[in-house]
Amino acid sequence: MKTDPNTFTLAARVLHWLMAVLIVAMLFIGVGMVASVSERHEWLLAIHKPLGIAILILAIVRLAVRLRHPPPPLPADLPAIQKLAALASHWLLYFLMLAMPLIGWAMLSAGGYPVMLGTSLRLPPIFPVSPVAFAVLRQLHGGFAMLLFLTFLAHMAAALYHGLIRRDGVLPSMLRGRKTVPALIGYTDPPAAEGTNEVDTERTD
Amino acid sequence: MHDPTSPHSPPRRIGSWTLIATAVAVAAVSFGYVGGWLAPHRLTPEKLVNQLQDNAGTFAGYRRNHAKGVCVMGYFDSNGGAQPYSVAQVFEPGRTPVVGRFAIPGGNPYAPDSSVPIRSMALRFAQANGQQWRTGMNSMPVFPVATPQAFYAQLQAQQPDPATGKPDPAKVGAFFAAHPETAAFLAWVKTAKPSASFATENYWSLNAFVFVDANGRRQAVRWRMVPEAADAGGHAGKAGDADYLASDLAARLAQGPLRWHLQVTLANPGDPTNDATKTWPDDRRTIDAGTLVLEHTEPQDSGSCRDINYDPLVLPAGIAGSDDPLLPARSAAYADSYLRRTSEEAHLPGTAAAHMPPEKTR
Ligand code: HEM
Ligand code: HEM
Repeated sequence: MKTDPNTFTLAARVLHWLMAVLIVAMLFIGVGMVASVSERHEWLLAIHKPLGIAILILAIVRLAVRLRHPPPPLPADLPAIQKLAALASHWLLYFLMLAMPLIGWAMLSAGGYPVMLGTSLRLPPIFPVSPVAFAVLRQLHGGFAMLLFLTFLAHMAAALYHGLIRRDGVLPSMLRGRKTVPALIGYTDPPAAEGTNEVDTERTD
Repeated sequence: MHDPTSPHSPPRRIGSWTLIATAVAVAAVSFGYVGGWLAPHRLTPEKLVNQLQDNAGTFAGYRRNHAKGVCVMGYFDSNGGAQPYSVAQVFEPGRTPVVGRFAIPGGNPYAPDSSVPIRSMALRFAQANGQQWRTGMNSMPVFPVATPQAFYAQLQAQQPDPATGKPDPAKVGAFFAAHPETAAFLAWVKTAKPSASFATENYWSLNAFVFVDANGRRQAVRWRMVPEAADAGGHAGKAGDADYLASDLAARLAQGPLRWHLQVTLANPGDPTNDATKTWPDDRRTIDAGTLVLEHTEPQDSGSCRDINYDPLVLPAGIAGSDDPLLPARSAAYADSYLRRTSEEAHLPGTAAAHMPPEKTR
């Protein structure tokens, strides 16, 4: 498949949606387990750690994909402030999806816990044992999680705004990119008429 | 706000904005519900630990329960007796280093040793393969309650009345009347005296666990540390010493190591594994898994046990938690307590400042 400069690559799109589901699930698992004294605390934690490490690995792959294949440009008419917000929030998301699992791993190391991903799989520590470092990292894990959730909310709202209100090519570029906007989001009325839509320029399939 | 160039009719745009706002609201509200902020009636680890603080006071840097204690160091010599039931490395014949902690229950690190009849032993076995077994045991054969909700209700009933500084006997009475499962514990407490020594006590796991053998076969177990020392504690400190347990321990260790036998009791099918208020019948098979040898003690303020969270669910392959509802609650509450005390050690903003009780301002 040839790369279309107006869409994300297939790898980028698959990684995006897979990780979107995993990261949002992780946020819910995380806040759910620390607010529970029931057996939920145990089985959620048992999912949390291996899933977090899986996200770390996926995030590294994704960063590599991102650096090799720049994303399609944002609509030319998008106000500069929105462009800046998009750019900043995307890099914040990349930062957090790498930082969260690394902090989780480092904080357990600093707390002197064996970092168990299952009943017998243990990761080596990545931080020296230190109660002060544990406390700082554990608070960061919680604080960054809240920041990640807020960033996710803003990101989701912005994506819907592009898709439903602006109807530019931004949302389709991550959905499938090659089709026209309306077909993708299930609209029956014709696409926006103005030439601001950069996605509709190429229809190969 | 940017005015999109597409000529949508106002109703469509209102509908779209509503859709966006709804999506954000649904995500935020579900997050708030799952995270407990919008579910105020759910029992959370935070509530349990707050209640422990309400009962005993807040002592920065100390454990929120079993606050008064001492560190001990030694090792466990396994005789291989538990190996047929568990693949845990600690049960292979040989030696595993141990960092432990003796303590008394309660959140006040300055409480006199005679204030409660219960003593506790917490151990961290560091296996050569990097996995660990952590356990916290109490010197009584049954726990008063079976669930975290009942434990919370008990703590609430025992919260000191601000007027008298003591728990309200009517509330305490009402709690025990409403909780008949406490009967076995109350019967034990009647006969229990605060011991003069940590060394002469039995320590029970109370909660059930599961041993897993090489074929994946699961066997429900409870364990107990049975002391070799049997005297009545002749080394007890002089009268008026509120910290006699630590001095007795140091005096005994100066004479030589102290030993306990790890006795593992195997449940029969049908024995309750989810109820720490019930003992198992006496005729259950018990195996001697080896000897715990404690050689040194260190004060808890500087010793190596200080920064260990004796979370009973930090377990090596070969040992697993049971369906006992106290276990996840302990794990969650100990994590919360550990975060509070380490945050205080780190002097993070918003953490508790040290609070000295009247007894210590002598
Ligand atoms: C994308 C990755 C991750 C996300 C989004 C995430 C999210 C969260 C959240 C939201 C919490 C609750 C924080 C609070 O309310 O204070 C949490 C707690 C926690 N996380 Fe993560 N986490 C991630 C990765 C990891 C990893 C890789 C580990 C360990 C290997 C880990 C270990 C923990 C632990 C031990 C807790 C606290 C449990 C307790 O205190 O009872 N996390 N995480
Ligand atoms: C739901 C019920 C329980 C709650 C909420 C609870 C709460 C706590 C808390 C908050 C700590 C301090 C942890 C730390 O900061 O490291 C603690 C310590 C301890 N608990 Fe519990 N506990 C419960 C049940 C039990 C049971 C059933 C046992 C019996 C075996 C037990 C034995 C211990 C021991 C031995 C320690 C001291 C560990 C040490 O020396 O560091 N607890 N408990």
